[in-house]
Amino acid sequence: MPAILFQLNGRQQSVDVASQMPLLWVLRDHLGLTGTKFGCGMALCGACTVHLNGEAIRSCVMPVANVAGKNVTTIEGLSADGSHPVQRAWVEGDVPQCGYCQSGQIMSVAALLAKNKQPSDSDIDEVMRGNICRCGTYQDIRHAIHRAADIAGGEK
Amino acid sequence: MNRRNFIRTSAATAGGLVVGFYLPESGRAADASADGKLNAFVRIAPDDTVTLTIHRAELGQGSVTALSMLLAEELECDWSKIRTEFAKVDPANYGVFGSPVLQGVFGSLSVRTSWDPLRKAGATAREMLIGAAAQQWGVNRAQCRAEKSAVINTATNARASYGSVAQAASKLQAPTTVTLKSPADFKLIGTSPKRLDTRLKVTGKAEYGIDVRVPGMQYAVLERCPVFGGKVASFDASKAKAVAGVQQVVQISNGVAVIADNTWSAMQGRKALNVKWNEGTLANASSAGIRQMFSDLLAKPGAVALNQGNAEAMLASAPKKIDALYEAPYLSHAPMEPHSCVVAVGPDKCEIWAGTQIPSAARDAAEMITGLSKEKIDVHTSYLGGSFGRPGQHVDEAIEIAKTAGVPIKLTWTREDDMQHDIYRPASLTHFAAGLDGDGWPVAWTARVASPSFSGLQNGVDRNGVDGIASVVYDIPNIHVEYHPPDAGIPVGYWRSVGCSQNTFFTECFIDEMAAAGGKDPVELRRRMLAKQPRLLGVLNLAAEKAGWGKPLPPGRFRGVAVVNSLGGFNAQVAEVSLDKSKYRVHRVVCAVDCGQVVNPAGVVQQIQGGIVFGLSALKSGITIDKGRVQQTNFHQYEVLRIDEMPVIEVHLVASHEAPGGIGEASTPPIGPAVANAIFAATGKRIRTLPIKI
Repeated sequence: MPAILFQLNGRQQSVDVASQMPLLWVLRDHLGLTGTKFGCGMALCGACTVHLNGEAIRSCVMPVANVAGKNVTTIEGLSADGSHPVQRAWVEGDVPQCGYCQSGQIMSVAALLAKNKQPSDSDIDEVMRGNICRCGTYQDIRHAIHRAADIAGGEK
Repeated sequence: MNRRNFIRTSAATAGGLVVGFYLPESGRAADASADGKLNAFVRIAPDDTVTLTIHRAELGQGSVTALSMLLAEELECDWSKIRTEFAKVDPANYGVFGSPVLQGVFGSLSVRTSWDPLRKAGATAREMLIGAAAQQWGVNRAQCRAEKSAVINTATNARASYGSVAQAASKLQAPTTVTLKSPADFKLIGTSPKRLDTRLKVTGKAEYGIDVRVPGMQYAVLERCPVFGGKVASFDASKAKAVAGVQQVVQISNGVAVIADNTWSAMQGRKALNVKWNEGTLANASSAGIRQMFSDLLAKPGAVALNQGNAEAMLASAPKKIDALYEAPYLSHAPMEPHSCVVAVGPDKCEIWAGTQIPSAARDAAEMITGLSKEKIDVHTSYLGGSFGRPGQHVDEAIEIAKTAGVPIKLTWTREDDMQHDIYRPASLTHFAAGLDGDGWPVAWTARVASPSFSGLQNGVDRNGVDGIASVVYDIPNIHVEYHPPDAGIPVGYWRSVGCSQNTFFTECFIDEMAAAGGKDPVELRRRMLAKQPRLLGVLNLAAEKAGWGKPLPPGRFRGVAVVNSLGGFNAQVAEVSLDKSKYRVHRVVCAVDCGQVVNPAGVVQQIQGGIVFGLSALKSGITIDKGRVQQTNFHQYEVLRIDEMPVIEVHLVASHEAPGGIGEASTPPIGPAVANAIFAATGKRIRTLPIKI
């Protein structure tokens, strides 16, 4: 197996694994980045969401070979210190309960806000319906997304 | 305080998982040898860091924060300088209700059972710190008081930091009695400090069972018989072993485990296994057959769960009678974290890292499977990615695999494993009848329940099977409840709000049927029948007022109401619903809650919101059986609520100094009937079977 090269959280990464192995398991088992979660394995729940060249993707169904040469960002690389506007809004609103889905929620929101600076509630529904939260934090998530948009827009 | 710079996860040490917070400025490690240990819950380091031991696992319900508040309130410590860690298994100190063997989270008991003991533990530690400082100064302790992690000499204004006296304090005799604050003096209780675990959970650093990694660990998945109760007859692992990365294939009592150097390879290896099963007695079980079994039982008298007055006679003579058959399916817990557990077994040591509600059960299992004595077994409790009552069978499996394979392993369940091998909320089929008097008021009520038992029978009745029916909240003079426990072979157990999860759906819909049959407004009927239940009446009136009950709604919107006392969390909900052909949408839920003394209002609101979402999900899906197998495999077949279906939820808390009630399971039961009753208001059609089909 030739090594697969990609950018991971801003650094060059080389992995020597089966090319069909989903990115999720490469991150979690081979690279020890366990912030990205396994939830369903079928792109149904969004817990494994990471960014691929800035787009939110489900890493549980993304063969690692398909990320060769591309930029992958995980929750660990979203900010060095939890200061990304989405993370700040999440802290302000104390959004997580069990927290397991929240890496995926945050990565989905970060990708949404990168494209849509002030998403409407229906924009939020359309994108965020892909991320399940069984603790039921959706109302707090919605508030925090609007707040994150304001923070990113320069509001204190 | 700048929390962003403050809270970090502490290092995962070689010994395993230490979850908590520390002051990076001090570079403090997890070494506790210099700390003054004041009791089982409090120790204080020379640098004033207060470490609180959390003896109830954190599944999202906020135990880390709420239990810390109880300790810190009386300890008078600086809230910004606490760190927390999860307790080891030690039921002598951390058992539930003083049990010497059982340590865990269930029954919405964490705050309820900790309210007095943890405040006392905090107060005891505080008194010891004051005593040590007074001794150091050679003054009477009466002239000393505690404040923000320091003892103050009120005569001189001298200060001794907690850290400076903690060692000396730890050597003092603990006072046998302490005076607890009156509610008027609470500084923390009743406020909403930020959750202590948020920072970890927005940066991916919170460590769940599935995230634990230990040296030399390999990754396992387990192939189980798809039919409940089936066993391995034989298996051929040659193809599985040929999969790259697969290290071992081992048989355990519950199936065949494939062990590899990563999870995905283990999954691929499992697909290549060829296992022949003895499917056992359930090989032909089906949902239709199970329903028939329940239905046949309902034709016969069951064990009497409640008999008050003379319901049968009153029913026979009542001017108006109604009856209805209600039905609820098996349900899976489906938390976001599939089961996972790391185990390392050696000749004289067994270590377990797991998210589990009952860590003492994990130790008991290890004792039985490994033969090691309790003191040689360590259970490290990690965060749980939800749980909702799910038991810990993954721990037993992981111990057995690690022992058989001879290497430390992490067992990961896939979502399909989780959905198809859960221990389910029992299905129920229940027949109700009611008699109304000439004015339309209920005078008699009977119920006959068929629902599998899981928590033992007393005089033929599992109280969880009839909870909410036999423990009726309404004042009805004549009531008779019977119960049958059909054994359908499907594993059943606890699920958020337990018996009330289905029974409150039945009773709150049926009470609405009584209101309609008697020509009464649903709130008016409940008010009259709750006259002797002041707390339920209070939340009913509050919810009705806040929801604008009886006032006009936007066109196409309809209201429904329901109430419950679930584990000491009295609450009433009004749901606003609209319909579009066969689809309903819940727009708004108003929930009034009286759970006694509120420790953390923001935490209570979170739990109420979460419980409502959980209840709304339960209207969408059910577990069905064909050929002894669960038919649902993943979230496309077992749908749960998503954000685009989320109603606006308004929570109103009743101020109270009654003892705290349970809140984690309070709001799940009423939402279903409130929605179903709103659908009736819209359509005139009763919803008596879940999941809802219109």
